[in-house]
Amino acid sequence: MQKKNRELSGGASFVRGLRDGMPICLGYVSVSFTFGMMVTENGMPVWLAVLISMTNFTSAGQFAGTELILSGAMYVEIAITTFVINIRYMLMSLSLSQKIDPKMSMWKRCVLSFGNTDEVFAVAMQHEGKVRADYLAGLIATPYLGWALGTFLGAAAAGILPESVRSALGIAIYGMFIAIIIPPSRKLRPVAFTVVLGALISCVFHYVPGLNSLSSGWIIIICAVLASAAAALRYPVDDEEEGEENG
Amino acid sequence: MNYTRILIGVAIMAIVTYIPRMLPLAIFRKKIKSRFIRSFLAYVPYAVLAAMTFPEILYSTSNMISAVAGLLVALVLSYFGRGLLTVALSSTAVVFVVEQLLKWMGQA
Repeated sequence: MQKKNRELSGGASFVRGLRDGMPICLGYVSVSFTFGMMVTENGMPVWLAVLISMTNFTSAGQFAGTELILSGAMYVEIAITTFVINIRYMLMSLSLSQKIDPKMSMWKRCVLSFGNTDEVFAVAMQHEGKVRADYLAGLIATPYLGWALGTFLGAAAAGILPESVRSALGIAIYGMFIAIIIPPSRKLRPVAFTVVLGALISCVFHYVPGLNSLSSGWIIIICAVLASAAAALRYPVDDEEEGEENG
Repeated sequence: MNYTRILIGVAIMAIVTYIPRMLPLAIFRKKIKSRFIRSFLAYVPYAVLAAMTFPEILYSTSNMISAVAGLLVALVLSYFGRGLLTVALSSTAVVFVVEQLLKWMGQA
């Protein structure tokens, strides 16, 4: 997709990041819209919804944690639930650590890791070559704005939108996920293998009695580890610099 | 409403979300040698998103028929290389239309 990004200047690289982040940004507006509505429908102010979105910047964990806060749960419960849902980020962050510019400074790593959402991560991993700090900053900036803006709009507009629209918006984030995983699956067999296996294992964990008592955070981790490990055994990547790309 | 309590809750959420994102990126500064681990990490994004999507997408709307319609539209459009936004909004629109149809058929 992106050619010659290594020759780009810092500014151009940032702009490319902004541009690659645009579709995520627009998708986020519709997902965070639902979040904003949820908060104000529970009698909370608009600023609180926006504050949560701007400090958390995550979908599943933020929804679950906020519901717990609103129901008056204990701090420990909030911490554990949110953490379990978010453990997958350790895997993603580890994966991203192999993809970013090795020379990226510590403070940039600490700042940019805040924006490592599922979608930003997936798009960054598909970027050709090493991911530079300025590119990643751009790739995070647009979705972050979209996330905050969508939350604000949803919080302010709650009650205006009919239930039918709200129900339909529930599928938006999954539509984004599918748009991220299907095109590379079509081109690369190992990716298709990983996707199908991940989905199958996930279904097993949701439908088999006993296994489905696990929380969704753990289920995601288990599926990701099993499917990626199987794919890695079957299709080891080449030892080249760009090994991830040609799987 | 006790805002202190709520804000402490929000702070806890924020920290617990940030830590898993930050630690590996800050700690692993070198290229991992093992070919297996590198292959594994290259496949993680796809495995995570696939596991998050299936089967949850079927329960993301107010009934499974509309969700299946939305899923099929998303699969077809993304197979033909449409972008994130097109896919997300099209599946949302299809869910909306199907739910209206179902409601209308239920009343007829």
